[in-house]
Parts: sequence; C-alpha cells; structure tokens
Amino acid sequence: MSKEKEILLRAEGVYKEFPTAKKDQKVHAVNGVNLAIYQGETLALVGESGCGKSTLGRTLIHMLPVTDGVITFHDQEISSMDEKTFRPLRPKMQMIFQDPYASLDPRMTVRDIIAEPLETYHVCKSREETTERVLQLMKAVGVPAEFQNRYPHQFSGGQRQRIGIARAIALQPELIVCDEPVSALDVSVQSQVLNLLKDLQKEYGLTYLFIGHDLSVINFIADRICVMFLGNICEIASKEELYAKPLHPYTEFLMDAIPKADPHLRGEHRKMLTGEIPSPVNVPSGCCFRTRCPYATELCAKQKPELKKVGGRYVACHHAEAVTA
Amino acid sequence: MMGEEQNVLEIKDLKSYFFTEKGVAKAVDGVNITIPKGKIIGLVGESGCGKSMTARSIMGLLKYPGKIAGGHILFEGKDLVGLSERELRKICGNDISMIFQEPMTSLNPVLKVGHQVRETLLVHDHTIGKDEARKKVIEMFQKVGIPEAEKRYDSYPHELSGGLRQRVMIAMAMICKPHLLIADEPTTALDVTIEAQILRLMKQLRDETGTSVLIITHNLGVVAEICDYVYVMYAGKIVEQAPTCELFDHTAHPYTQGLMASIPRIGRNPERLHTIPGVVPNLLHLPQGCTFCTRCEFAEEQCRQEKPKLCQVGEEHWSACFRNEDGFCLSEG
Repeated sequence: MSKEKEILLRAEGVYKEFPTAKKDQKVHAVNGVNLAIYQGETLALVGESGCGKSTLGRTLIHMLPVTDGVITFHDQEISSMDEKTFRPLRPKMQMIFQDPYASLDPRMTVRDIIAEPLETYHVCKSREETTERVLQLMKAVGVPAEFQNRYPHQFSGGQRQRIGIARAIALQPELIVCDEPVSALDVSVQSQVLNLLKDLQKEYGLTYLFIGHDLSVINFIADRICVMFLGNICEIASKEELYAKPLHPYTEFLMDAIPKADPHLRGEHRKMLTGEIPSPVNVPSGCCFRTRCPYATELCAKQKPELKKVGGRYVACHHAEAVTA
Repeated sequence: MMGEEQNVLEIKDLKSYFFTEKGVAKAVDGVNITIPKGKIIGLVGESGCGKSMTARSIMGLLKYPGKIAGGHILFEGKDLVGLSERELRKICGNDISMIFQEPMTSLNPVLKVGHQVRETLLVHDHTIGKDEARKKVIEMFQKVGIPEAEKRYDSYPHELSGGLRQRVMIAMAMICKPHLLIADEPTTALDVTIEAQILRLMKQLRDETGTSVLIITHNLGVVAEICDYVYVMYAGKIVEQAPTCELFDHTAHPYTQGLMASIPRIGRNPERLHTIPGVVPNLLHLPQGCTFCTRCEFAEEQCRQEKPKLCQVGEEHWSACFRNEDGFCLSEG
C-alpha cells in the first residue's frame, strides 16, 4: 500500500472510568490504551459488547473527557482541552452512529438535519448557499435531492444512515468515528452503505475509526484491526496479518466464532469460548482475559501483559509465541 | 416427499393479510412450508419480508389488523387455522413453543427467572407439584448450560447477561418437551462468541430430544451453520427452497444470489461489495408481476407482467423465477 505513514491521532495511556452507585467502585471502561491512527487509513476497533470499544471511540474524539492519558491530534494535545478551546477542532472529528432511527431528530427535515452543522459553524454565507451545499452532500451520499423536505420517518434504514453520513461529512472532517454504522441494516443494504463509505474515503481522503463486532464486515472495510477485550487492547495488526494468523488467543476465538456462510465448513472442531465477559467493575488481576483463556498460567494472574511488538504487529499476551507455535 | 406422519408441521398456501386503512398488505402470500420431524429448517429473508409474520401465524399471535385470510397450518395432522384461542393455547406453549429475538424484553423483569420457567410447566401440566416442577426447571437450566443453575433459579432477568437470558428463554421453550420449536432471530442480539454457543446448544437439544426447529433469521451464516433445509422469503412469498448445501452450491434465484454475494466474506477481498439495488418494496404497492422484478438485474417484460411459480431446479430444490423454468440452474456467482 502506498500510504504515507503520518500519524493523525495518537493515544497514550488513555484511561476512562465511570462512577457507579457505590462510591468505592468504578467501571473501568478503558484501561490504559496506546494507539495511533494513520492518515487516510481505516482502523477497525473490534470486540464483544461491553468491551469498551464505543467508549474508546468517543473518548478519542473528545466526546467524552478522559480520566487519564494523553490524546494528540496533528501534534496538538486535545485531551486536556475544555469545550471552548476544542470547538474549532470539532469539524475535523465527526461521528456516524449505529442506530439510524434514534440518531436523527424526527422533527427536522432532511435539509435541516444536514444543514445544522453548516449553520453552527457559519460555513456558508447565505441560506441559499447552505441549501446548495446540502444538495451537494445529498448527491454525494446518494439521497435524491427531491427528498430534502422529507422527515426521517419517511426513509428506510439504509437511507437514514446515508443522511447521517451526509451530516458527518458536511464540515469536511479528517477523522470520522463510525460506531457500528451497518449493524442495524439488512445484508443487501449493508453492502450499499459499506461501498458508500469506501467511496467517500477515496474522494475526500477521510480517515475512519470503524467500530464493529462483525469480523467479516471489518475484513472488507479495514486496513488495520485493533482487537479489544475488557478495556484493553489485545492485538493490533494489519488485516492481512490478523486474518492469516491471529496471535492473541482471544482473537483466535473471536475469528473461530464467526458463522461462516458456507455449509461445507460446518465445524464441530471449532474452538469455542466458554463463559462470558467478566465485569468491568471487578477486572481480573493480571491479564484480563485469563479467566476465559485455556492457555492461562500463574504468570497471567500476576502480571498484566504489555502490548509488545511482534514483527510488524502488536500483541498483549505472555504466551503469544507459545500459543501460535 | 415424505409421508404425512413424518412431518411435524405443514403450512399449506398460508395467506396472512393486514387489513389497514390504506389497503391490504399481504405480509404472507401463499406460503408452503414443510417441517419434517427432527429437522432444523431455516426461513431466511430481510426485514419486512414476512418471515416473522409466518411464525406468528403458526402461533396464533397475529395482531389486529392482521388476519389469516386463507390456507392451512397442519400440526401433526391437525389444522390450527380456525381453532379457538382456548384450543390453540393447549397446543402452543406445550407442543409448539417459541423463542423471541429480544431476550431482554421477553422476560418479566419483576419475576425470578426460575419462577417464570416453572410457571410454563405448571400451566401446561396440572399433575405436577411445585417442588417437583422446581427440580425439573433446575435440571433444564443445567441442560441448557446455565452455570450454578440452583443459584440462578432465584435470579432476576437484569442480573443475567444477554447470553444467559437467551438460555433461560430456551429452557422455558424446551421445558414442556415441545415437538416443534420456533426460534425468531434467536442470536441476532448476541455477540458472535455467544451466538456460536447458542447455536451449538440448539443443535445439541435437537439431537437429544428430536425436536423439530424452525429458525427465522436474516443471517445466512447462521443458516449455513445449523439448518438442514432452507426457505428464502421475499415480499411475502417463498422464492427459493433447497437443502442447505444445495442452496449455497447451486443458488438459483437472483434474489438469493444477490444476498449471497452481498455478504462480506473473510478470505475474499473485493474492492467493492455486490449490492442489490433499491429496497424491499412496500407491501401495499407490490409490483404486478414478480415481486423482485424492481430490483432484479435480469428482469424482462414477462417478469413485470406475470408472477413466476416455484419450479423444480434440482433434487428438493425449487425456485420461483422464469429464468429457472426449464430447470436450468444458474451457476454460483
């Protein structure tokens, strides 16, 4: 790939905690994450529900304040900024939401929904200019211009997601966090939206942080993949490397669990993960995956594995070499 | 085809219509489905294609203004259409049971899960005592893989994870030893790792008890994983039916082909995904001919005028498309 390896956003030791009703307990949603997003790439964030992937996505683009850690965007530290100083940077970082039914205001017309960010940031000089820009955006995402005065409920799920995308690209952002943008859509519509996201990326030079749990969707859209478990990163690798050979035992299980759309591969031999995610309130000591991991040893209970460089990729497991040997 | 006695359920020319102010929506329009004993049958389609309405028709759960407008649902030879609610209740929940998509909303949040499952047993079996019922529930919990079954008996739904709640639902559905289990998107709300566990459990229960299963899903991966025979539904009609391997190897109907090609697959890295243009048509304004003709790349004049019938294209393999009429099977894309 002819990618300039310029870092767009970097996270160092990012923690995010939420308070609970009990004063001495906290939900550890994100636990010391280090990560870099390169310009123009699609980095996928994968994991089971409750692993903190959405929280991390929101924290990275300043939609949630960090508890600890440093986030830099183009060499500018954003994690310590308050709302006011961050405001000029907001157009550069946008978000596409999962639920196309809940994320659009039902009482606004499509024109107004897409125009809102333009008006907030005084991008256009007149109302006519704004409308013109809205129509351009609608064309870019494939919503017919004559629908501009319709309301969200008059659209199908796929079209609503397109409207959400138009709104996200309205301010010409550099980074878009896509939080499970196709999970609520049917397969035939899902592929339309995925193609659209890829086209827009090429056209506008966008960088995506794509949050998802469907590894086959991610295989299509991502360049690099970051696997998360219980607030920690298990593994970061390029798509080709990860699918060829997962190094972390959790990645291995996750890949094995995907139902393959091929009845001939119906496997009884599949590796099956037992149990469920431990509570993020009481995170296990050492490696957080050890309670579900068949390879776990004493060392895993004592010491938290660091994210180590193995070849061109990163993995956080004491036994990575042994497991995959 | 197999003999009458071997089929647990036969749906014949079922028509479930919704009589709305704007017109009649034919949610299920002339559907034939056969479920042999001990088999797992898949019913696949996108949202709004009528697959859930088919299931609800079987259970007698159609809500106003929906009504069964015609056809027969033969359960072990007995027609369920036209039965009174009282008669239907004896069968549904006892011999036929259903698992719903949302394990969060289909359990009562203020009752202990053990009691909810026990209630099912007590309602359908008047000879059983409460203590004995409790014992049976705990046994069932163990069977569906709920850890610490005895302790979980006294848990409330909110104390359980999504996967455990779905296990409770399965326990509830299986406790009366049904002959037919209908599962409406049983794994859609769950993570892949939990999905794999639940699918394995359903297969295991089928092998142990011989219960027939009708799985309703939009996920072809789930179908490939667990089903013996598949029906593909589009806009209220069955457009293709075949044994699972046959369906994946020799896909005949353009809609099924489109669905198959739209799934992103690991190992194949195309620049773009195949798409089916457009969306599912409004049931109130269906095209005159083939319901798929508005989105079909092969549509011709005949498709817009006449409705294609199911024709045989292979062994136990039927497809409703004019292109398949001479028994010619399109190769897989």
